[in-house]
Amino acid sequence: MSLSFKLALRNLLHDRLRLIATIVGIVFSIVLVTVQVGVFVSFQRMATTMIDHASADLWVVPLGTKTFEDTTLLDDRIRLRALSVDGIAGAVPLVIGSAPWRLPNGGTTPIFVVGSDLKAAGLHPWNIVEGSLEMLEAGNAAAVDQLYFKRLGVSQLGDSGEIRGQKARVTLITKGIRSFMMPYVFTSLETARSYVGIEPAKATFFLLHLAPEADVENVRREVRAAISDAEVLIPDEFRSRSRNFWLFETGAGGALFIGVLLGVIVGTVIVAQTLYSSTKEHFSEFATLRAIGASSRYIYKVIIFQALISAVIGFSLATCVSLIIVKVTTDTPLPIVLTPLTILALFLLTVSMCVLSAISSIVQVMKIDPVVAFAR
Amino acid sequence: MSKFVIEAVNITKVLGSGASQVKALDGVNLSLRTGELVLLMGPSGCGKTTLLSVLGCMLSPTQGVVRLSGHLTSRLGPEQLAKLRREYLGFVFQSYHLFPTLSALDNVRLTLDVRRERSKQATVKAKNALSIVNIAHKAELYPQELSTGEQQRVAIARSIVGGAAMLLADEPTAALDSANGHSIMTVLSRMARDFSRGVLVVTHDPRILPFADRIIRMEDGRIVGEERGLRHANELH
Repeated sequence: MSLSFKLALRNLLHDRLRLIATIVGIVFSIVLVTVQVGVFVSFQRMATTMIDHASADLWVVPLGTKTFEDTTLLDDRIRLRALSVDGIAGAVPLVIGSAPWRLPNGGTTPIFVVGSDLKAAGLHPWNIVEGSLEMLEAGNAAAVDQLYFKRLGVSQLGDSGEIRGQKARVTLITKGIRSFMMPYVFTSLETARSYVGIEPAKATFFLLHLAPEADVENVRREVRAAISDAEVLIPDEFRSRSRNFWLFETGAGGALFIGVLLGVIVGTVIVAQTLYSSTKEHFSEFATLRAIGASSRYIYKVIIFQALISAVIGFSLATCVSLIIVKVTTDTPLPIVLTPLTILALFLLTVSMCVLSAISSIVQVMKIDPVVAFAR
Repeated sequence: MSKFVIEAVNITKVLGSGASQVKALDGVNLSLRTGELVLLMGPSGCGKTTLLSVLGCMLSPTQGVVRLSGHLTSRLGPEQLAKLRREYLGFVFQSYHLFPTLSALDNVRLTLDVRRERSKQATVKAKNALSIVNIAHKAELYPQELSTGEQQRVAIARSIVGGAAMLLADEPTAALDSANGHSIMTVLSRMARDFSRGVLVVTHDPRILPFADRIIRMEDGRIVGEERGLRHANELH
């Protein structure tokens, strides 16, 4: 072990109370940041989950659509025009829309109806835990997610509620299909039209499937030329639009960013304060180091080591706490998502935060006059 | 004839500014040869510690020249002065300034560590330095586990381990009883005699006069007298 590292470690361990305060500060800060980032990642995934699970090479969406949850309607003639383009093998209508779900006990809760042709490759429920797609084809059949049982007043297959005065019987149960607005309820295309209250010749989106060997960009250009009153997007574009809308245009991302910023500021201030007071307490030692010929760089190294040791201990504990939070929130409508990349980013953030905190101490040490060693 | 390890020519040091300005050193000339132990004595506030700081490359003189092992110290920046200190100077402070969180051995190794000597050889050197001051058997103890005399020995080991040509000691016996003081001065005296170091000791302690080759007396920032010490006389005898 290098002596500068040893000195830094011993300086930290010398005052355990201050070390605990530093570590608590880092843990608090990093857990706060982790939760915010975890919610952000979760939010981001939810914002595109339907697009991610839809089977489409191209999306035909109403002009100006910002998100999957945009419920402007398209006419079926657009689908026919799209189908007439060379390279298009199929065009599947998808209907979405909000509707009130009447609970068995009388109350209502808003839901988001998603309906597509269950025999075609469209957007079907996934993560099925009970029931089957075939059972969803029956009239007034609905698929709900376990996460929203309580909100919808159901608990098993066969339970039912009411959507716009029509019965909705649970014939399929999924696990982990989350929404940050209202629960998704999947059904067949016709039932969805009926629940949402739209004409049979209308749909919210058309999911285009390309013929084998067809070039996406060429086909898209031709579909665009054929249908000027709608937009044609590749899935990545639609994902990006949806994500940007929910995270940035609604202000949700800004709120999360402020949470992250607060966490970092709190952590930096606490670590800076404790490092500063530690440096002050060891002032005569730093003066002695300077007197015996240590370079400024050597002394900075001791302080930076102190900051890094605090960062590693604090980050390790914060990660443990965060993993517990992740575990606890796994089966909730808003899980905290922690990816390996997030963990790496948080580690780098912790290190940067602690090194930044060391600046005030370094500024103080820069002022040390070695002659102090003679004076004390 | 031994060579000069340090030479100070016409050193003036003005401290403070404006009305509170004080001339702490006023035209001081002093030189030390290798193998020589010199005591610097004088009343409190006469400028002994200021002179020690100037000779120790910690304070720059307002006027005059300091030459350390042939190197001029004037116009050097803080980092270059630090380099001179670690290469040519060893310090023994009045309150030892040992690092309480490091063992005696690590305290000594620190001098080598700042010089980027971090091999096993560095540990051997540190142990040797502790042996020279007869404290090797307590190498693993922490400063608070050592007596004041032992702490001062560790501080001396730290000052000599890097092979400094010049040792500067500030009141090294002030906090020690007569036996410990004698023992510490014996060590410093050996450093001068057996290891050819220049040793300058600032002191008020008349008990250590027998160890001096020369005694320089200061008053009001000036050198007012110089006499041969008993050690010199004894050696002549």
